[in-house]
Parts: sequence; C-alpha cells; structure tokens
Amino acid sequence: MKLTLWTYEGPTHVGAMRVATGMKGLHLVLHAPQGDTYADLLFTMIERRDHRPPVTFTTFRASDLGADTAGLFKTATQEAHARFQPQAMIVGASCTAELIQDDPGGLAGTMGLPCPAIPLDLPSYSRKENFGADETFHALVRALAKPMARAEGVTCNLLGATGLGFRHRDDVAEITGLLAKMGIAVNVCAPLGATPDDLTRLGQAHFNVLLYPETGEGAARYLERACGQPFTKTVPIGVGATRDFLREVATITGLSAKVDEAGLRQPWWSASVDSTYLTGKRVFLFGDATHVIAAARIAAEEIGFTVVGMGCYNREQARPLRAAAAKHGVEPLITDDYLEVEAAIAAAAPELILGTQMERHIAKRLGIPCAVISAPVHVQDFPARYSPQMGFEGANVIFDTWVHPLVMGLEEHLLTMFREDFEFHDAAGASHHGGKAVARVEEPEPEAVAIPVVAPSGEVRWLPDAERELKKIPFFVRGVARRNTERFAAGKGISDITVDTLYEAKAHYAR
Amino acid sequence: MSLDLPAAGCSTAPVLKERGQHEVFCGLTGIIWLHRKMQDAFFLVVGSRTCAHLLQSAAGVMIFAEPRFGTAILEEKDLAGLADANAELDREVARLLARRPDIRQLFLVGSCPSEVIKLDLARAAERLNVQHAPHVRVYNYSGSGIETTFTQGEDACLAAMVPTLPATEAGDLLVVGALPDVVEDQCLGLLNAMGVGPVRMLPARRSGDLPAVGPNTRYILTQPFLGYTATALDRRGAKRIVAPFPFGEEGTTLWLQSIADVYGVTAERFEAATAAPRARARKAVAAHAATLSGKSLFLFPDSQLEIPLARFLARECGMRPLEVGTPYLHRGLMAPDLALLPEGPVLSEGQDVERQLDRHAGQAPDLTVCGLGLANPLEARGFTTKWAIELVFTPVHFYEQAGDLAGLFSRPLRRKALLQGGAP
Repeated sequence: MKLTLWTYEGPTHVGAMRVATGMKGLHLVLHAPQGDTYADLLFTMIERRDHRPPVTFTTFRASDLGADTAGLFKTATQEAHARFQPQAMIVGASCTAELIQDDPGGLAGTMGLPCPAIPLDLPSYSRKENFGADETFHALVRALAKPMARAEGVTCNLLGATGLGFRHRDDVAEITGLLAKMGIAVNVCAPLGATPDDLTRLGQAHFNVLLYPETGEGAARYLERACGQPFTKTVPIGVGATRDFLREVATITGLSAKVDEAGLRQPWWSASVDSTYLTGKRVFLFGDATHVIAAARIAAEEIGFTVVGMGCYNREQARPLRAAAAKHGVEPLITDDYLEVEAAIAAAAPELILGTQMERHIAKRLGIPCAVISAPVHVQDFPARYSPQMGFEGANVIFDTWVHPLVMGLEEHLLTMFREDFEFHDAAGASHHGGKAVARVEEPEPEAVAIPVVAPSGEVRWLPDAERELKKIPFFVRGVARRNTERFAAGKGISDITVDTLYEAKAHYAR
Repeated sequence: MSLDLPAAGCSTAPVLKERGQHEVFCGLTGIIWLHRKMQDAFFLVVGSRTCAHLLQSAAGVMIFAEPRFGTAILEEKDLAGLADANAELDREVARLLARRPDIRQLFLVGSCPSEVIKLDLARAAERLNVQHAPHVRVYNYSGSGIETTFTQGEDACLAAMVPTLPATEAGDLLVVGALPDVVEDQCLGLLNAMGVGPVRMLPARRSGDLPAVGPNTRYILTQPFLGYTATALDRRGAKRIVAPFPFGEEGTTLWLQSIADVYGVTAERFEAATAAPRARARKAVAAHAATLSGKSLFLFPDSQLEIPLARFLARECGMRPLEVGTPYLHRGLMAPDLALLPEGPVLSEGQDVERQLDRHAGQAPDLTVCGLGLANPLEARGFTTKWAIELVFTPVHFYEQAGDLAGLFSRPLRRKALLQGGAP
C-alpha cells in the first residue's frame, strides 16, 4: 500500500483507452464498475474530442457480484458489437474486474463474434498507463499484423502515437512531412488514426519509425521479429536528434539523409547575440523518459543551458534515463512521487524547470520559471495551433516555449543593476510574469549588529555586511550563491562569511 | 409565480427504469468538495490507481500544496494477504497523521477494490480510533462505484458521522448538506431574520463545531441526495422537515416556509425576512428566463439534483422538460418536488447511456444537461449543453444564487447565439 496524493500516470486500462480512442473502427469493452467512465472526460474535455471514446463499460454493481457478472460482460459485448459494428474488438478488465476474475478474453472468445476479439492483459496492481497503452497496441499488432510483401517504393509505419498523447497529433504531421522530403511514404500510422484493417497492412512497410517508446516499443519489437522490419531508435526531438534520426533512416533505406532545412530557425535564434544570456542557465528536467532525455540534449547542446537535474516517472524507461543523466553528470531521479520531485527541485535551485503540469505547479510555488515538455497532459497541451515537438518545426516550437518564461536579457541586467529601484526590487518579479507588482517594503537602516536574516545552513555564519551584499544578488540566483559561498567557506574552514568570502566563492565557482 | 401546489404534478408519473452503462461518477468524487468544506478532515481512499486518477481528473487537476485527500493504493502484495493490508493501512495512517498534526478527522473511504476484497474498513476505523484518540476521530464510509453514485458519496460520509454525534434534548434546527461557506452564511442569515434558532450545520466546518442530535432535533435537507443521512438522523430520533429543495425563488420560499411552520414564525415576520431577497431573486431569474422560456430541456442523470432543477427550470424559467433522468429515485425525499414538477416529461431512473442517447437524438432538445463525457460529443453534433458537474461545484442554493443558477443554463444558449465562426 502506498499513499498517493497525485499520480503522473493513470491506471493500465486508461492506456488501453488511449489506444482505442486514437484508432477508428475499433471498440473496447471494459469489464468495470460505474464510475470508471470518468476516463471518458479525459478525451472529451482535455483533448476536446468531438466523439465519445469507443469504449463500453459493463457497469457491474455490488448486487451483481454474487450473481452473474460474466453474463453482464457478454451482454454488454454483444450489444456493443451490434451497435458499433467494429472491425475488431479488444476486451479487458479494469482494476475491480481484475479481482473478480471473470476472464473477459476467454468469455469473448466463446461468443462467436463475427470480428476478432482480442484479449488484453492489464495488470492494474503492478503497472500503469503507459504500460497499458504499449501492451494494448502490442496485443493488437500481434493479433492483426502478418508478414507480407513490401510495398513499391520505400515506406514506413509510424508507431506509438495515441489518443491523449503529448503533441502526438502535430508530431505525426511533422515527421510525415520530414520523411516525405527523403522520398519515404507512410504506410500506416498507428495507433493514432489507424483502423484494425490498417494494422493488417503493417507488414508492407520497409521499416518502422518508433515515435514514442513509452507506447510503441512492444509493437516495434514484435514487428522486427515477426515481419523483419527494423525500427528507428532515435526520437527526433531537437535539431541534433532530428538529424541523427534522418541519418538512421538513411542507413536503413539507403536514401540520402540530406533534406531541405528551410524553416528551421532554432540554431540561428540560439546563436543570435540576444540569446547570450541563456548561457549556463541552470535547468531541471522531469517528465517521461523519452521527452526528458531529448530535452536534456537540446538544453545542453542547442541552447547552452546547464542541466542540474533530470528524472522520469516511468520506471520502464529508467535505464536510458540513467545513461543520459550520467552523460550530463547529474544524479538520475526515478520516482512517481511528486513530493520527491519537488524536494529535488528545491535542492537544485534551478533557474528554469522543464517538466510536466505537476512541475508547473511546483515551479509556481517555488517562484521559478517553467515550461511543459511532457505528459501527463492538460487542456493547455492541446493548442489550437500547429505545435509539434518533433522535427525541425518542433525545434523552433521548443525554443520559443522554453525561452519565453525566462527573464529576458536586458531586463535581467536591469534587475541586477537597479535592485534598489522601486520597480526592479526582488518582489516585483519579471515584467512579463503575470501577477500584480508588489511595492517594495522600505527597510529601516540596518543596525550595527543585526541578527542574520539568512538562516545559516551549516556551522558557518553570515556577517551582516556579507548578508546585505548577498541580497544584492538577483533573486533567481541568490540561493545558489548562498549555498556556493557556504560550501566554499566550509571547505576552507571559514566560520564567519564576510563580503570577501562571498566574492572569493564567486570567483571560485565562476563559470 | 403561483405557489399553489398542483394536484399531482409528476407524483404518480411512470418511471422508466434502466440498467446499462452509467455515464456517472462514483461516490469518491464527493471528496473534492467535502475536503474543502471540512477544514480539519483528511479523506483517505483505500483503493487503486484508478481511484487516485479519478479524483485528480474530476477535480480538473486541482493540485493543492498538499491536498487533504489521498489514496492508499493497493498493490499486488496487499491482495495476497489481508492481514498485511491492515498492517500496511495502519502504517500509512500513522505516517500521515504524524505529518499532518492539523488533521482532527480522518475518513477511511472504501472503493470498489477494497469492497471486492472485503477489506473491513469499519473494523480498521475502530482500531485506528483507539490508536489515535482523542486527537483524531476516524470514520469510514464507502464511495465505491459498485455501491454509490456521485453525490451519494456525501450522503455516505454524513451518514457515517451521525451515529457519533453527541446526544441532546434541545430543539435546535439542524441544516444538513455541504454548502459553500457563502451560501451557508446566507442561509443562517435568513433563518436568523425569521427568528429561528439555534441553527446547527452538518457537516460543520471544523470538528469542534459538530452538532448534537436528539429526539427534539428538527432537521431539514439542503440537498436531494442525503437519503442515508436522513435515515441515520431518524434513527437518532430527529424529525425531518419536509420541503422542496431550496433552488430558485419558489424552492427557497417553500423551504423556508416549511421551517417557519414548524417553528411558529408569524406571517409578518416571514414576510419581513424574505420579501426583499424574494424580489431580488425573481428579478435576477427573470433576466435569464427571457432566454430560457419555451426552450425544451433534457437532463441526463448525474448529480441527483435533476428533479428539483427541472422543477425550477419549468416553473420559474418557463422551460419544457422532455426527459428528467436521475441516477436513482428516492420518492420519500423527492415527493414535494415531484408534486410541483408539471406533468409531461419522461422520468427515467438509472441509465443505459446508449439507449438514452438514442432517445435524446429523437427529441432534439434545445438544451441538454449532461456529464463531461457527453458534453463535447453532443455539442459537435449541434446540441447545446450544460455540464452538470458545475451545478455541484457552484453556489446555487437560496435567493441570492437563484439568478446565478438560471444563468448557468442560459449562458450556453446565449453563447451559441453569439458565436459566428462555426459555419463557413
């Protein structure tokens, strides 16, 4: 038993719903009690879907438990087929139905339905949403895809995009366009937009593009074995990763990796002198492993930030996340407890947080700028405009998204230079961050021996002059300056921090 | 608006009983408003990741610094041995209470999985009560979807508190149902002006203010979904004041009148206390009735407020209800509202959402009241909808909110008339 106040991932059957809702001509029957229908609103409200998810909930009650819940399942399945006439059905159990062990897969198999009825294994008490999506897609592909002759011309399948995915809609459009520039057509994109009949044609493609390992890796690995289709390992998020992806595709297909990069602005936007102030900004990254690993590379190599912490909530991808963290020289944080993430962020004192909607809330509490890079999704993650994360346009979008929350170059200098100004004092914050400007509270002249306001974090003590000097450092780096100075002092055996100690430490840690 | 009661209204109308997929939340959802109302309470759901996900999704990803609700998520090892599950629960509760010394009431909330594995939370609450008394009082109730629907969670919660309330011989009035603080204050103001008192509230904002109850207690419900709570109060000897629910000017007046009758408030005093707010409420409703009048209405089952709201929309706003769905029909509590509801609409109880959608399409109502899972799909098909959950999360009771309540229904219609971007 684990106390959870908030969870990054939903249950496994929500993963199955993401696959079913992304597809067409497929129907999911979930053996589940009343109340589990709440998941419909994730799709109709967060994603603003204009149709109900193709999901039937059997809706058993306490009074049915001693009676015939299996009969209820069969009736619901029969009626769902009659009403929706799907090309295929998938059947599974939500957490409660898993306990009553009616075996939806076995029951559906005996019903003689005129379409494939594919059983899903959705272990609710040990796994989570991404696993459920990956497993559901994998089960569909295992049941429907067969080896077959390759199509004429070079084609690929795009794997892993689902309903309720973080920018999946636009990533699919972007990567489809990018591959077209190499002369590669998309055979099937699945689950998003595909029908069960489309899945039977997966084997025609020459290779697979694995867009999202979280939700498509099981299927990609199966197709590699069953249909002899290699799949791409690079997720094309960021300029470097997109070019690597193109080279990987070129290796598989023998086509040229050189494509027209017109429209790619991120490298110049990053090189322009206006962006100099971005250099070495300390960023903390948290989200699903795929987006975090890609974001860390962009942060370090394409924008010039310093990665001070990174982590993911999905244990399935912990290994590549650990490897990436080692590359950036930080401790990986693998957890689904947001309080742990909050503590790690507070300790790292970053200048920018790149995270999920939860980190956005954490950032608000800590007063740190933030941009969202990963699911779990929020209604804001479904913008009306075209807004991919992948490919060259994705790199442009990411640059804007990350840089806009920051205090801009000249404003940062003004904040530093005119700290005593009534408009630029600490509490005023940056001009473009919402919230009302707060008037500066005039402090009385410090007395000769003031009691330190800065809480000493070790054996060292801040002398009043040093403390006043510390307050002149911009608020967004003050925490780091304080800790660096104390660490420096402790290392040198200095117990009283003076103004000199502060500047010696600054010189010591100069970047 | 005439206050003369029609002879029967929908009192004896046939009810279409349906069984099938329910597009309705389970009782856990009530935690979202109950934990805000009871400021020293923590709601610990013993359930699955689905329960945790439902709560955060239904709450619209409302994340508080540290919310006063959480889920003890059952894991595989908890399912293997129940003795261990109890030990685990005790450990999680001890850890939680150590971290949150401000918590004085702890609700162990049962879920579908905890009910199915027969984890005895009543016994767990007894055990934990001994461990954590007197600082924390531990209650238990079930909010599971196999036993409760949406607002029934509040009913189960309040019903669980009733047996533990102190006894009294006093003849206080007890007002039952979680109301937004502002509405509660208005209610107390009206009763005070009528000279009725002392008045106590259930639930109370803090555990120290919990009411006493006894054979001389008279109680009145503010919400139509409190059937178990009413039964529990009856068992303590308290007597229910029968009234329609206080929605709209008419509902509020009849509700207050029922209290006035019991407490012997004079007609003059009643008039003095209610005349001004009644006039305000009528005026405020009239502004929206112009939009609503003559429009047809279809209510999918959701919060159990459907029948009183249909009564308000028909009688005070001039709407034509076509179907009034309700998750379950408690005739005892609904009798006054059913009597007032003009004859005509289909009354349906329970749900088979697919069949109900077929009926809905056939009727093509001007305004549809439904849950969030149905609203956008229906809008996409050209219908105008009002999401029902807002009716539970918005102050809608009594005179000063009557106009706001009507506005919740008129806004979608006015919006549809405003927007020009849809068709090319």
